[in-house]
Order: sequence, then C-alpha cells, then structure tokens
Amino acid sequence: MNEFLFGAAAFVLATVALGLARILRGPGDADRMMATQLLGTGGIAALLLVGEATGEGAIADVALTLALLAAFASIAFVKASSDADDATNDPRS
Amino acid sequence: MNWLDLFTIVAVCAGAFFFLAGTAGLLRFPDTFTRLHALTKADNLGLALVVLGLLPHARGVLAGLKLAFVWLLVLLAGAVASQLIARVARRRRPRA
Repeated sequence: MNEFLFGAAAFVLATVALGLARILRGPGDADRMMATQLLGTGGIAALLLVGEATGEGAIADVALTLALLAAFASIAFVKASSDADDATNDPRS
Repeated sequence: MNWLDLFTIVAVCAGAFFFLAGTAGLLRFPDTFTRLHALTKADNLGLALVVLGLLPHARGVLAGLKLAFVWLLVLLAGAVASQLIARVARRRRPRA
C-alpha cells in the first residue's frame, strides 16, 4: 500500500512538473500564474499522499500551509497586475 | 488487500488521472480561458479524489477532518482565484 502511495505522489509531481513548461512558453502572465497554481495543488496532493505513506501526521499541516500560500500568491498576482493596469491606461476599469 | 485499500487505489488513481488531464489541457489548449477550464478541473476533482481516497486511512476523526479542510481551502481559494485570473486575462485582451 505504501509503495502505491509513494508512486502516486511521484506521478502527480512529475505531471505537474511537466505543466511548468507553460511558464516558459507563456504567452500571458495569466497563463504563467495558472501553471504555478497547478504546481501548488499538485504539491498539496503529493504531500498528503507522502504523509499518509510515511505515517507522519505533520505533513498534513505542511499541506495546509501550502494551500494558504498558494491562495495568497494568486491574490497577490491579481492585485499587482490590476494596479499596473490602472496606473497605465483605461480609466473605465 | 481489503476493500478499503481497493477503494483508496481506485480513488487515488482517478485523482492522478485528473492531474494528468489538467496538465495536458494546460499545455495543449489554445487560449487562456480554455486553459483555465482545464486547470480548475484538475485542481478540484484531482485533489478531491486523492483526499477521498486517503480518508479511509486517516488516523482518527481529527486527521480526517484536517484532510477535508485542506480540500475545502483549496476549493474555495481555487474558485476565487480562477475568477480573478479570468478577469485579469479579459482586461488584457478585451477583443479576444
């Protein structure tokens, strides 16, 4: 059972790492941010799987912290880019 | 191997499949909004199935509740963040 859980964690991490190619290609900032968000969620899933496999309960706390940080990262991105838009142009928005 | 282990294997495999599908969509779909669609499926369903698969093995009620809270937090944050990211993307390209 533990081997299966480790394998699943490795699979999820490898998949998400493949998705990081979207950060290289872009084209927009929003696309790059989405790849980062996928990395956050995949990291949470991998942490939970590893935590179950090793029997280390504290890893679930790490996953909880990572979930909170990923949420703040997205909000910071949106805040920064909408501030930049407001400063440069488009008084309608 | 009992039934709970079998349930865990099926659910975690389904979750891993959704992560694979989300990554494939993120890499292959043509524009920002379709990519956002693929990403949110992976976020919500993939993590939900992984958490669901792990729940039968949780040590005690508190550990199970913590797993459910991780999923709920990701669900809420993902829903809000995807709306905000879509708004930024639309404002950058109003005619697209």
